[in-house]
Amino acid sequence: MFEQYFMKTGSLARFILRRDRIRIPIWLISIVAITLVVAEAFTNLYASETELQAIAETMLNPAMTAMVGQGYGLDNYTYGAMMAHQMLLFTAIAVAIMSILLVTRHTRTDEEDGRIEMIRSLPAGRLSSLSATLIVLISTNVVLAIFTGVGLYSLGIESMDWEGSLLYGSALGATGIFFAALTALFAQLSESSRGTIGLTMGGLILAYLIRAIGDVTNETLTWFSPLGWVLRSEVYVNNYWWPITFMLVISIVLIVASLYLSAIRDLGAGFLPSKPGRKHASPMLQSPLGLSYRIQRTALLSWAVGMFILGASYGSVFGDLDAFFSDIEIMEQMLTPMEGFSLTEQFITMLMAIMSMLGTVPVLMAFLKLKGEEKKNRTELLLSHAVSRTKLIGSYLIIAFITGFVMLSLAAIGLWAASVPVMDEPIAFSTIYGAALVYLPAVWMMTGIAVLLVGVAPNFTVIIWLYLVFSYFVVYLGGLLQFPLWLSNLTPFGYIPQLPVEEMNITNLTLLTLIAATMIVIGAIGYNKRDIEG
Amino acid sequence: MGRLSILQASNLVKRFGRFTALNGVNIEVNKGEVFGFIGPNGAGKSTTIRVLLGILKADSGEAKIFGKDAWKDAVDIHKRIAYVPGDVNLWPNLTGGEVIDLFIKLRGGNNKSKREELIQRFDLDPTKKCRTYSKGNRQKVALVAAFASEADLYILDEPTSGLDPLMERIFQECVQEAKNTGKSVLLSSHVLSEVERLCDRVGIIREGKMIESGSLGELRHLTRTNLYVETIRPMDSLASLQGVHELVKEGEAFSFQVDSEHLDNIIQYISQFGVTKLESAPPTLEDLFMRHYEGTSKSANSGAGGRP
Ligand SMILES: Nc1ncnc2c1ncn2[C@@H]1O[C@H](COP(=O)(O)OP(=O)(O)OP(=O)(O)O)[C@@H](O)[C@H]1O
Ligand SMILES: [Mg+2]
Repeated sequence: MFEQYFMKTGSLARFILRRDRIRIPIWLISIVAITLVVAEAFTNLYASETELQAIAETMLNPAMTAMVGQGYGLDNYTYGAMMAHQMLLFTAIAVAIMSILLVTRHTRTDEEDGRIEMIRSLPAGRLSSLSATLIVLISTNVVLAIFTGVGLYSLGIESMDWEGSLLYGSALGATGIFFAALTALFAQLSESSRGTIGLTMGGLILAYLIRAIGDVTNETLTWFSPLGWVLRSEVYVNNYWWPITFMLVISIVLIVASLYLSAIRDLGAGFLPSKPGRKHASPMLQSPLGLSYRIQRTALLSWAVGMFILGASYGSVFGDLDAFFSDIEIMEQMLTPMEGFSLTEQFITMLMAIMSMLGTVPVLMAFLKLKGEEKKNRTELLLSHAVSRTKLIGSYLIIAFITGFVMLSLAAIGLWAASVPVMDEPIAFSTIYGAALVYLPAVWMMTGIAVLLVGVAPNFTVIIWLYLVFSYFVVYLGGLLQFPLWLSNLTPFGYIPQLPVEEMNITNLTLLTLIAATMIVIGAIGYNKRDIEG
Repeated sequence: MGRLSILQASNLVKRFGRFTALNGVNIEVNKGEVFGFIGPNGAGKSTTIRVLLGILKADSGEAKIFGKDAWKDAVDIHKRIAYVPGDVNLWPNLTGGEVIDLFIKLRGGNNKSKREELIQRFDLDPTKKCRTYSKGNRQKVALVAAFASEADLYILDEPTSGLDPLMERIFQECVQEAKNTGKSVLLSSHVLSEVERLCDRVGIIREGKMIESGSLGELRHLTRTNLYVETIRPMDSLASLQGVHELVKEGEAFSFQVDSEHLDNIIQYISQFGVTKLESAPPTLEDLFMRHYEGTSKSANSGAGGRP
């Protein structure tokens, strides 16, 4: 009975570790390193208690709460409390993404490509691949928890004691385990790896939004979000362990459910229904452009909805923000270095930077699909028809450009639409829309790098994702930690004028656009010259 | 011969890093001809075909189709080409019907009745999503799309590796029909009976080199004939004669192979013993093939076999 299901789980787990012997360490090292570097940086940045307290005050507004989560210990804002408030949620999201990608890779992706079938034909149990994946992921997250905990404690920062540090690490690890379990479950429901990633990422975004709205308006709502549980551990302030325990218990339930579904379903099948399709291709689907849209339609539409909801969620807290600042006039003066601009407007600039980077994700996904198709030998099939490579890469570029425009527009429209009813003096649509679209040249620049990579170094396309993550941290943490200027100048997003607070800077925008165009041309030439790999 | 040459490849060389996959490949396919392209696994058949399709760029050598350069004029050439790979990967969320239409459209043709007819003949359900198709059914999708388009040259890389015998026959009919209407076909295959039945000329590739090419008749001429002989008096020294191979004694009779150039001598020799029965058979393609491959098994490990 046991053999029937779990035979060879150990060997498979070792095999997964071998396949990921570089991938997993990179994730672990990056997450632990960023955590430790930021903790260390906090102590350098804010030397005195008054400075810390001043920061705490600036964090005390609904918009900040929506973004980074409910803060605890704000009246005694120690370095530890600051870490837990400003860093924990975002690091937890990074850990969740790690788990989602790793689990999908070893479940649905392997199944889709027929590798699980090979393994099942060996004397391996029916649930062995899934349980091996989960064992590896759980171990990875436990290691992450220990390293983070020990690392934070060993920094020797006064407010970061043993228990708090371990809890901080455990909160991250538990989030990772939870999302690993959730992905395992969705991998049973969905029929494809893209579907699995889409569902779980959707779940992650939903968890973030529910927590954001809940934290600002209604505490009970937050309890429906796993990311809400993370913050309720009140790390370094009250050190509650039970939310983490709760999270692990739910994870076990999810794991059991995924194992059960995996045991009763057919290999290659899912539980979400798939219906019979058309007999003929629609007029839409008769060109490379139509095809490249069609095969990504679901993903792109989900992202579009997601961006709108994200914009709207931020917009919906603008009213409270406004009210909050008009209540405390002194503070408004203190925090407004720029004459003539409200804090809300300044806050918009930060939101736009973050939303534009999020909006870059579907843009890159849409373009890099070209590379994925090549790997699956389908590009070869297309190119054996009267389709030129320029036309093919051009089709994906068009999709990428439209995606970028639509994503930023929807985020801005959502933000504006949700903010109008709640604000006394609504911000003009043109202001918000301009502040969003001004980021397009940076999005193009990222696209340009992706084109260059696909055309010239197709095996290194992962660089563009690393660069986006880097940009995200520089811009997000740069604002928080007051990074030196040159660091933010290492990402295209750093060159974008922060409308409406900063002046329009046509030169920067033009330069970015020109560089992007050059890279696209070089990339396209490279794509025309190189072998198509299979 | 003087026939119009449709496809010409001379001295193709393709390297992947330090590994040389093609080392001087020559192929010529004439109008109205079916050319069989055979060789052991990893010999370079698919690589050659990819070079011909302009998907890989040859390091040196020349590949011309319809008189145009396979790399530079790929798009132009492809308007008149139909390609079917052995491993057909389709978009999991499109239906077979959609994919067929897309391919026909992309090639630029539009032949509705041919499409329907082929779908019928290959017994394909075009409303199913590609992810639910079996390997053979995926291959049928590519075959229907290929034969429904009015191509002048069909490039088929192991197109029948997943088809059942019935479908295989329909495939052979399609190739015959194409040939009858003056189309040319480059067919790479491991099914030698299929190659023997369909192909006018055959090329054998090994470790990235063409080692033989010509009509089946020509190839046979170069090699051995199978003989089966019964004589009144025993032939004692048959084994010691030059040009005799694979000698097997079956009771009073012998079966053996004779090199073509020694056939005359051998016949004269055996006629002295009072022949009561003589059967001769041309070598099958399999015999040809085996002869070429057997000599390679030693060197194959170090060269193009298995992994690079
Ligand atoms: N992209 C690549 N990189 C490195 N080596 C390659 C690549 N593509 C093919 N090869 C090597 O080139 C050789 C020829 O491969 P090819 O696919 O042309 O063989 P084939 O004759 O089609 O074999 P089969 O009968 O198995 O289909 C093989 O040794 C293969 O490993
Ligand atoms: Mg091949």
